[in-house]
Amino acid sequence: MCFGPLDAVYDYASLKKIVTRERIESGPKSIWRYRDLLPVEDSTPVVTLGEGFTPLVKADRLGHELGLRNLYLKNDSMNPTNSFKDRVVSVAISWARSQGFETMACASTGNLANAVAAYSARAGLECFVFIPVDLEPQKVVSIGVFDPNLVAVRGTYDDVNRLCSQLVESTPWAFCNINIRPFYAEGSKTLTFETAEQLGWKLPDEIIIPVASGCQFVRHRQAVRELIDFGLVRGDRVPALTGAQALGCSPVYNAFKSDEPEKVLPVRPNTIARSIAIGNPSDGIYVNRIALETGGVVEAVTEEEIVDAMRLLARTEGIFTETAGGVTIGVLTKLARAGRWRGDETVVAYVTGHGLKTADVLASANGHGRRVEIDPTLKSFREKVNL
Amino acid sequence: MARFRMPGPLRRLSNGEITVEVSGADLGSAIVALDERYPGFRDRLLDEKGDLRQFVNVYLNDEDVRLGSGLSEKVAEGDEISIIPAVAGG
Repeated sequence: MCFGPLDAVYDYASLKKIVTRERIESGPKSIWRYRDLLPVEDSTPVVTLGEGFTPLVKADRLGHELGLRNLYLKNDSMNPTNSFKDRVVSVAISWARSQGFETMACASTGNLANAVAAYSARAGLECFVFIPVDLEPQKVVSIGVFDPNLVAVRGTYDDVNRLCSQLVESTPWAFCNINIRPFYAEGSKTLTFETAEQLGWKLPDEIIIPVASGCQFVRHRQAVRELIDFGLVRGDRVPALTGAQALGCSPVYNAFKSDEPEKVLPVRPNTIARSIAIGNPSDGIYVNRIALETGGVVEAVTEEEIVDAMRLLARTEGIFTETAGGVTIGVLTKLARAGRWRGDETVVAYVTGHGLKTADVLASANGHGRRVEIDPTLKSFREKVNL
Repeated sequence: MARFRMPGPLRRLSNGEITVEVSGADLGSAIVALDERYPGFRDRLLDEKGDLRQFVNVYLNDEDVRLGSGLSEKVAEGDEISIIPAVAGG
């Protein structure tokens, strides 16, 4: 009788005979180029909006500020619904539809609901998404436009999750992150597969990953294992996997810093980084185990550091990320300034969502940058603008 | 008497019962009483140190007991104790 998470299992012996760099490179420019390493049968029609294969950007200007000469940003805000979640949802819905599920569902902090609603529309499936009632208005709009059944729950994400965990027993629905979570989770691996491929089939020295439930963090470890085991990357050195949390919701970081890193105690979330505000992270212990095993750390940043990091990223690299991305870049910044790296290491930060999803945090903090208001005359321009 | 609400995977232990009424002054003693009635629950819910297992979430009237006093949480007449696997989310 199992009471813990399940994993998808593959026939690695058979796969090793067919999985090659060339086979992957000849595939579509989406997550589905890694189809052999995803839990969907070859004959299954996939539900896709072209997710994945997002830009891996060499961040020279941000790197210069942080003393990193080989800093890269994996810009997953370029996905169809502007977050990392499109990867996992494309896999989950493809699998669920092939198994005869007619209704998709999820408990969400926003980005997942957005992806589930969009991909359900694409697949023609019924959809129920459950969100905390106080979700950012921009996210509610970008979920609602796909016309799902949108259930706003008076509570935190953890309350929503608990409700859905109970509902799953009395509905015939595929809850992406509950009853079909093993399939959903596997989609996360594609982020690390792509990173390695875009680096020329090399793994970086360290990857900075935002941590909510810990689900994607754990899958990145698996992705590294598969890249090495299948001989897709040169060498067998495992990158340090480092987790990023907001101090306003940092149960994994709290445990990491304690004497018992595998004892992750729940907290009540209170942070602007709501897309990763999970107070009771189911994979938290695995995150800490993997961080320690790979030489990574779990670090956390304040609300102010999150906003500062969003601005820093935008100002130096032209990338507008949401608060969760601010957490990742904030942790990258904090670690760099604390002297974690010599400067020549290859460090990759996963930027997992677009800034328009959480624009309110900037609007309320003078989000218009160096704005002036003038009359439509040269005189007014010269008076107000200091050239 | 308080009432345990069982998740699907544990109903084999409770002979298929979805809810089970037990007495106990706190959550720890309620789990002991539950285990006396349906042996096996203690092992499923508690680790070797007697703490709640990592992948078990227990809610007393919708509040996560880990956010309160854990197994020492007082249980009153009519309270509902929900056991929920911690495998969801993200």
